[in-house]
Amino acid sequence: MKAGFEFVEGATSDLAFVAQAATLDGLFAAASDALVAATVEDPSAVVPSERRTIALAEPDVELLLLRFLNELVWLRDARGLLLRAESVHVTRPKGEAQLEATLVGEPLSRMRHALAADVKAATAHGLRIEARPDGFEARVTLDV
Amino acid sequence: MAAPPILRRVGPACFELGTSFRERMRVPVRVFGSEKLVAEMDDQVFVQAANVATLPGIVGASFCMPDAHWGYGFPIGGVAAMDPETGVISPGGIGFDINCGMRLVATRLVWNEVEPHLRELVNALAERVPAGVGSRGFVRLTDEEFGEVLRQGAGWAVRAGFGTADDLAHTEAEGCLPGANPECVSGRARERGLHQIGTLGSGNHYLEIQVAHAEGLGDPELARAFGIERPEQVVVMFHCGSRGFGHQVATDYLQAFLRAMPTKFGLEVIDRELACAPFRSREGQDYFAAMCCAANMSFANRQVILHRIREVFSDVFHRSSDELGIRCVYDVAHNTAKLEEHEVEGHRRQLLVHRKGATRAFPPGHSELPLDYRRTGQPVIVGGSMETGSYLLAGVASGAASFYSTAHGSGRTMSRTRARKLVRGGALQEQLAARGIVVYAASLRGLAEEAGFAYKSVDEVAEATEEAGLSRRVAHLLPVGNVKG
Repeated sequence: MKAGFEFVEGATSDLAFVAQAATLDGLFAAASDALVAATVEDPSAVVPSERRTIALAEPDVELLLLRFLNELVWLRDARGLLLRAESVHVTRPKGEAQLEATLVGEPLSRMRHALAADVKAATAHGLRIEARPDGFEARVTLDV
Repeated sequence: MAAPPILRRVGPACFELGTSFRERMRVPVRVFGSEKLVAEMDDQVFVQAANVATLPGIVGASFCMPDAHWGYGFPIGGVAAMDPETGVISPGGIGFDINCGMRLVATRLVWNEVEPHLRELVNALAERVPAGVGSRGFVRLTDEEFGEVLRQGAGWAVRAGFGTADDLAHTEAEGCLPGANPECVSGRARERGLHQIGTLGSGNHYLEIQVAHAEGLGDPELARAFGIERPEQVVVMFHCGSRGFGHQVATDYLQAFLRAMPTKFGLEVIDRELACAPFRSREGQDYFAAMCCAANMSFANRQVILHRIREVFSDVFHRSSDELGIRCVYDVAHNTAKLEEHEVEGHRRQLLVHRKGATRAFPPGHSELPLDYRRTGQPVIVGGSMETGSYLLAGVASGAASFYSTAHGSGRTMSRTRARKLVRGGALQEQLAARGIVVYAASLRGLAEEAGFAYKSVDEVAEATEEAGLSRRVAHLLPVGNVKG
């Protein structure tokens, strides 16, 4: 399965996307790409001048994806950094889901980027991750 | 788009879904609206309102306002009152943008005085009231000072020189919810909100210059009591909330509630966005205290924005704000949960009223209204799309049927993704300019998503609130200049 995402019809006030990838690691990275694409008009213009690593844990993999995306939203709003995942490593020890990720990107600048939506949160509305024969698919609703 | 067949009319512009509609419903669903508006509601509105009806402690009914549309968890335009002793508090019933609301500002200026300066005004407002992703305000605060904002709300802004006591008197709850405790707010939320005072936000947030044409005055006497007293009078209306700060508070507690519900409270909900905690639990009380902080940040934000509006008008017209008659008509929120006294089956009871995309609309005589509005009822500000205008309404006694709640806007009928496929932001900006509406947009993509055709008719919504007895029409206000987030 080729990793990627597309924006789909969702709740009327919000933005929804479906991401897919062959692995959970790739799925989380694709979801971070969707978040950047929702935020700026040209995601390919985001350069990797800043780097951060994060580690998160939640009771299940869907809540972990929610937390991961909300971490990216927080870094943008609180620290002014527009970041996507360069690499993600998801593990599922018993009763938990954990990740370690390396995030790359740049300080958010109106001079450098045409801004699109101000994503304020990833929501739990209709949130799901499903296993497919050739990988995983996630559906996420972003509050804008 | 289909109302369920068991939906039955129970009054003028009022419909009911009985508890047999979905399993575990504790109370019926009541939907206010004309037959047309209700028929056009997305079927998810009814499902979501029915899900809300399953929550512990809900009293009376799960209500939908005439502008209700599909949200996450709760419908937007939903009202749910909970018994504070046996019921729950739910972040999803308040909305992520805690205390998002509307402020209407009157001026003594009339349209022919403003028209020559319109573009200059719109550009100056866009510069002084930053909008869009990552925008930062001019107010520089330490973390300690931000804590005072969270405790004092709009009162902090007035004490800091950004407004008057009269502004506070004309703000819901005088701009401060008393239950705020900054210790219940995460450091991450505080860091996110620290620089956001005085910013508009994005999405459907806006700041608009409007004109009250004589033919739009549904009740000229009430309009005069609210300060709209001359033909072609210019007013300013804006819509914004607690910015990323409120969202972080909601996100933090939603995630905490999701973790605690199965293990600590034995609560199971149909949709994760209905995550909740018993109001009297430590978690419920902590969220309420944090929500009050976000509400206060939002009141302070709108107060600082009013100060910037005063600065801009003074600069452009070379007259003081007092000479220009710039005064706050009213500030009212539409994303809150508040403890209020209501009559239920003949008895006064305290209830925790969740309003998500619904406006409080107290009737004439209510003790929480400022003295000059005791006779009129509470002003209600209903924002429409940037093309169709907005409404000033007033609360009425028959609003008791919805715990004194009414509509908050015109309500979307179309997803953002679809709206963007139908029009480009630049083209829309040109079309509006041709109609005499000057628009500054922080994001052209965002502008396209807010096109008028993506919304219900605000005229129909305002009319339906009157038919349903939730509020009455006072004035229709038409846009001439808009700063879009």
